[in-house]
Amino acid sequence: MVRLSFTPALALLLSLPLTVRAAPPATEPEKAAPPHQTWSFDGPLGQFDQKSLQRGFTVYSQVCSACHGMRSVTYNDLSGIGLSRQALTDLAHAKQVPGPPDSMGQPTMRPGLPDDHLRSPFPNEAAAAAMMGGVAPPDQSRLAAIHPHGADWLYAFLTGYHMPPPPGAPVVPGKFYNDWADGHLVGMPPPLMNGAVQFADGTPATVAQQARDVTTFLVWASDPHRTTRHRVGLYVFAYLSGLLVLAIAWKRKIWNRAKTRTTQDADD
Amino acid sequence: MKHPETQDHTSAPAAFSGGFAGWMEQRLPIFSAFRKEYVDFPMPRNLNWLWNFGAILVVVLLLMLATGTFLAMNYTPTSAEAFFSTEAIDRQLSGGWLLRGMHVTGASLFLAALYIHLFRGLYYGSYKAPRELLWLSGLVLLVMVMGTAFAGYVLPWGQMSYWGADVMTKAVGAIPVVGSALEHVLTGGDHLGDVFLHRVFVLHFIMAFLVVGVVGLHVACVHITKSGNPLGREPKGPQDTLPFHPYYTSKDLIGLIVFAMVFSALLFFWPGLLTEPANYAPADPLHTPADIEPEWYFLPFYGLLQSVPSKFGGLLAAASAILVLFALPWLDQSPVRSARFRPACRLGLAGLVMAFILLAAVGKHHATGEWMLIGRLAGLYYFGFFLVLLPLVSRREKAQLQAASPTTSEGDA
Repeated sequence: MVRLSFTPALALLLSLPLTVRAAPPATEPEKAAPPHQTWSFDGPLGQFDQKSLQRGFTVYSQVCSACHGMRSVTYNDLSGIGLSRQALTDLAHAKQVPGPPDSMGQPTMRPGLPDDHLRSPFPNEAAAAAMMGGVAPPDQSRLAAIHPHGADWLYAFLTGYHMPPPPGAPVVPGKFYNDWADGHLVGMPPPLMNGAVQFADGTPATVAQQARDVTTFLVWASDPHRTTRHRVGLYVFAYLSGLLVLAIAWKRKIWNRAKTRTTQDADD
Repeated sequence: MKHPETQDHTSAPAAFSGGFAGWMEQRLPIFSAFRKEYVDFPMPRNLNWLWNFGAILVVVLLLMLATGTFLAMNYTPTSAEAFFSTEAIDRQLSGGWLLRGMHVTGASLFLAALYIHLFRGLYYGSYKAPRELLWLSGLVLLVMVMGTAFAGYVLPWGQMSYWGADVMTKAVGAIPVVGSALEHVLTGGDHLGDVFLHRVFVLHFIMAFLVVGVVGLHVACVHITKSGNPLGREPKGPQDTLPFHPYYTSKDLIGLIVFAMVFSALLFFWPGLLTEPANYAPADPLHTPADIEPEWYFLPFYGLLQSVPSKFGGLLAAASAILVLFALPWLDQSPVRSARFRPACRLGLAGLVMAFILLAAVGKHHATGEWMLIGRLAGLYYFGFFLVLLPLVSRREKAQLQAASPTTSEGDA
């Protein structure tokens, strides 16, 4: 009976062309996932490695920040990678940021303060695009969070340049071959070189090491409270587990009474 | 503690005869009312764990109001600043990551708990007489919460916020006759900008508190009709009930703690399960994301929207999916409440849950290719269940019951 009443509607439905609605842009064939690396910050209890974060910041400030902004992060936030109050104040102070207009109404510059956001290399996106060959370098505040497989992809990308490009690859002036770029071509020249930076802790600055450290730093920048979050989460869980045991004991005690409860003893 | 119980409600019970409580009692009897509704209130003995979600929802709602108030103090509803003020909450505001994490997790789990609560009502026939108003007020709450959640998702003004709002306002614009006017009222201009964002912010805020008001009505309804139960038969007397406190306070507490553990696991350890990465990029009206997708709790409706080959038709289907629930107390005329005693209905409900999940998958895949067909079949089943299957089954059940015992009155199966 029920099935019968469905049949005409079903036929009607099936006869409709299946592509009446404009189909959304055809999804690209699933790109291969970048090779998985072991990261100390991975997983539900992962923690950032402070040494690696600080080396990563060295790479960021000497290499990446020449073209990429990180506008959501303040100098103060860098205490999260273990920078001392003095160090980050000095760091901020060394930068010149726009200040209030002077008495003649002319724009001024002032030294940066810890509460200032990391200075972007370009005054705005249009200027960045104009200077960088049409595409503005993406802001790195949430780069690792936005990109699928953030950390693994960043590492694969940073170590994925081929100079010269493999035979048969398209050659476009001003573009560089990278295994992990869209269409294998990217406007950014290989940013890392062996020994191009020096790490304060004496770690040899190979490309792989720099890529690893700057990836760690970028993941931190996109999720700066991860270590704290995981630690607080553990405390909360321990507390809730204890509370649950007590609550179960209380409930058992009370519900045992229900078995023997007669109708009229409404009050204890 | 033995108190001579006075049955006369006009005079204060002995417990509140002296001191401040007694003074209050003669003016505004909140203490005795609280005792009547939340301590001695008779609850069926046989409630299972699905009956925990009402209390859970109340607690999550309070959490949302508390965290939302502090978020609002640090949020700037302008298209230039919304994204960055949200970033500042997440990064620089002391404890802001926790505040926002709770609000985001709370939004998702509020809807999750609401769906379970709704399913409980469907399965055990909580919408049947005398609980029609309870059901209707609950559905009003569902609609309001969905609106609030949507408005809330727009506020961070990330890419998904913006483009989700774009899809939504255009869908509203597709309504014949009043559509474009309505769209204009929502957006306040020809593009989504400051005016729109400010309206959405105020709406989100107001709706949240209106929800509290309707929750008050909803709870009042349940205190008049009393709680339903898994058997669907009303308790025959005190031997079938237990006072709310301490029996159900202790049981609700366990449910709440287990829920809090799920909540914390998502908040602290797997926040990525509930957040959309694309929304960490600021709204860019010039750059459409490859994949515009709502939060998971809207996916079934999004699936319906996309399975119908017309903008307005899709909107109508998605809206009807909720509207049809309002008619449920009158579509299902069977005197049997609980699906435990309705094998056909139980099977149908399992199919309904399946169809709902399938529609979510369809929404996730944008109803492309074979998903379009699956979406239409699932949608057809969804409406078929309420409009065809349930009325037919309930009519048959009614006839069978009357044949079995013509003298039995309604209510007891």
